[in-house]
Amino acid sequence: MPAEALRRLSAILPADRLLWQPAHLAAYQSDALTAFQSPPLAVAIPETADEVIALVRACHAGRLPFVARGSGTSLSGGSLPVRGGIVIALNRLNRILRLDPAERIAVVEPGVINLAVTAAAAPHGLHYAPDPSSQSICTIGGNVAFNSGGAHCLKYGMTSNHVLGLRAVLATGEVVDFGSGRREQLGPDWCGLFTGHEGLFGIALEITLQLLPRAECFHTVLAGYRTLEQAGDAVSAIVASGLLPGAIEIMDALALEAAKAAVHADYPPHCEAVLIVELEGPREAVAADRLRLDALLAASGPVEARPARNPAERLAIWKGRKSAFSAVGRLSPDFIVQDGVVPRRRLGEALRRIGEFSREAGLRCANVFHAGDGNLHPLILYNGRTPGELERAEALAGRILRLCVDMGGSITGEHGIGVEKRDYLPAMFAPDEIDCLQRIRAAFDPLGIANPGKMFPAGEAPALHAHGPHPLERAGVISRE
Amino acid sequence: MKTVVTPATTAELIDAVRSAPRVLAFGAGTKPRLSLVDDDVLGISTVKLSSLVEYEPDEYTFTALAGTPLRDLAAVLAEKRQYLPFDPPLAAAGATLGGTVAAGLSGPGRLRYGGVRDFILGVRFIDGSGRSLRLGGKVVKNAAGFDLPKFLVGSLGRLGVITELTFKVFPRPASTLTLRLPVSDPQQAVTLFEALGSGRWEVEAADLPPSADAVYVRLAGPEGTLPLIARELLELGSGHTLEPAVATAFWDHLQAQTWRAPGNSLHKLALRPREAPALLQQVAAMGGQVHLSSAGSLAWVALPVDSDAGRLGLQAMTLHGSGPLFTGRAAEPDIARAIKLALDPVHRFPGFA
Repeated sequence: MPAEALRRLSAILPADRLLWQPAHLAAYQSDALTAFQSPPLAVAIPETADEVIALVRACHAGRLPFVARGSGTSLSGGSLPVRGGIVIALNRLNRILRLDPAERIAVVEPGVINLAVTAAAAPHGLHYAPDPSSQSICTIGGNVAFNSGGAHCLKYGMTSNHVLGLRAVLATGEVVDFGSGRREQLGPDWCGLFTGHEGLFGIALEITLQLLPRAECFHTVLAGYRTLEQAGDAVSAIVASGLLPGAIEIMDALALEAAKAAVHADYPPHCEAVLIVELEGPREAVAADRLRLDALLAASGPVEARPARNPAERLAIWKGRKSAFSAVGRLSPDFIVQDGVVPRRRLGEALRRIGEFSREAGLRCANVFHAGDGNLHPLILYNGRTPGELERAEALAGRILRLCVDMGGSITGEHGIGVEKRDYLPAMFAPDEIDCLQRIRAAFDPLGIANPGKMFPAGEAPALHAHGPHPLERAGVISRE
Repeated sequence: MKTVVTPATTAELIDAVRSAPRVLAFGAGTKPRLSLVDDDVLGISTVKLSSLVEYEPDEYTFTALAGTPLRDLAAVLAEKRQYLPFDPPLAAAGATLGGTVAAGLSGPGRLRYGGVRDFILGVRFIDGSGRSLRLGGKVVKNAAGFDLPKFLVGSLGRLGVITELTFKVFPRPASTLTLRLPVSDPQQAVTLFEALGSGRWEVEAADLPPSADAVYVRLAGPEGTLPLIARELLELGSGHTLEPAVATAFWDHLQAQTWRAPGNSLHKLALRPREAPALLQQVAAMGGQVHLSSAGSLAWVALPVDSDAGRLGLQAMTLHGSGPLFTGRAAEPDIARAIKLALDPVHRFPGFA
């Protein structure tokens, strides 16, 4: 690593928190988008906000690119290192600074794990709503950078709907306070702008999160259908009925097969699709709504509809659902996950087309998706060791993204653009619109040192291709969704 | 502004923006201080840009032009048993969707599912260079590109002219029930707000109206269930349930903000509930009135003419009156100037003063 850059950084951190030897860098050269890898110049491991500020200011002074990283669970390559740049690993900034149950807020550092917020809030009957499937390992800083979602977005929104305040160091070295930590605000919504910046604006140092009361009561039903279309029709009927479930999820046959093999999940036999619907709220409201939901499901022609009779059965339903992705991953050496969005009424059509595309490409594609908000998660299976398969998989992924845009949807519902989908940004936005986004980026980062090469097309060339699951995935710690 | 033009099409609106070195768009003018600017600024009224462009009840989304009145939208949504849960205020006075977004205003219902920022999905706007740009999306979930739609909430037309908006809507609960829970002092109201906010009941609204000695709580949910939930809440204080017609009139009155004494200024404050007692005391000392909304997260404050809202000791935005647009705010960071320049390089729109 260049002596000058190292000198600047080593003045900030002790030697054991500034990694630069190849063996130490290996763990940071990739994130959950395992098809890409690129070793960083060095990895800085700050322990305080002041150290992060000093690092960013040193990067700014030396025009040294940096990539902030939490647990490295980005599915879009958001925390993939950039060539000639450093990684700032934020895992040690993992303190919950304040939890105020009366005001229902938590002030946390960026390296705090998503689920740790809910764990800290639970004794007060509160929880943190956004629940990406990687919530047991992903960090709030990463959630803020990528505006992460989860299974409950239709009703509760994404990360940005829960961020009430931010202290951040911008790529210019300026330290700013956005929002006031209050639920209401005056003037432009800076927290809204910052959330989902994909690491291109700077680094969040302190995040004020809104907590919600935990629902008193749940009613969770798993229903199996002969065809995907029937499951889709059931979703339409639920939505049209005026019910507002907390979650509506669908798994297709390949995903069911995998979940059965992986966690011994039990599903009705001979089903092409399983629908999971969860109502939540005060017991009186759930009691009334469940009668309507059960009647709707009964009329939708399921092979079988199984309501969870107790909390253990509810957890089992969710365990099968949340394990589906890593389970499908075991069917294949490599896979790519997409997260395009289509209008809900076109879900059936979108799934048919994806099936056609995957047959044409000669690749298997499993589907587990957030049916309530039209957020698909097609999982394309391929073998990176077979010449040409990765390229075919990427081409298939590209066709699916264009399909989502053509249907009036989005190329990403919750994973972000990152490095993976940057070439598809122009499919959604006109040149003037991309210019506007780039001007905003330049206002935050005039030197282009914060996570360069992400979000916008025509960045530097993609990094080398890797093969096989992420080490954490292999260990069963993370899953891609 | 001395001169006002009223474009009838989006194309005319773009021409109007490009036609003058300094412009500011406004809607129905229900928050007049927000568009009180220098005489040389060309005013652009959006009231003729009124149209529901798309409404997809099954998708929970609609797209409407900026000048579309809230009350028209509410009527169309109601036909499909849907609504904007954040309860935008001033609908009866003719407030527009674009004005509501630009002002960043939400009403009592923001308590349950969040405010206007939490329901906006996409925006088409004209930047200072006169370019028409669409950012965000038209589906309920989207993470592509920076979230300009959210950033324009509260931007007061100072960063761009909003021409079209896409919103998320929700199914409207089948029934509502309003309870009146007496409180003896502001501290008791705060304690009640905190209990309601973290309780099991999923309360839709909890407000302390001006000069009232009771918190009004609105429940919303399936038919027949609310009296059961209400029973528990009524035991918290010796409260009672309002007749439906009385309840409707009560919330309409708050939403119309007609409680403000004529001539008084009106300010919006973002609040922590525990800041409420001191605020109420200070406003009373100044001879004004306060409506605490959304369980104490939001305050509407009316003050006698020539009062200094800076004395409230909290950030405030002026909606009626001739005082400063903002009081109690810290100096703008460098990034605010840089972003203003990125969106409005020729300073076509006024600043936030």
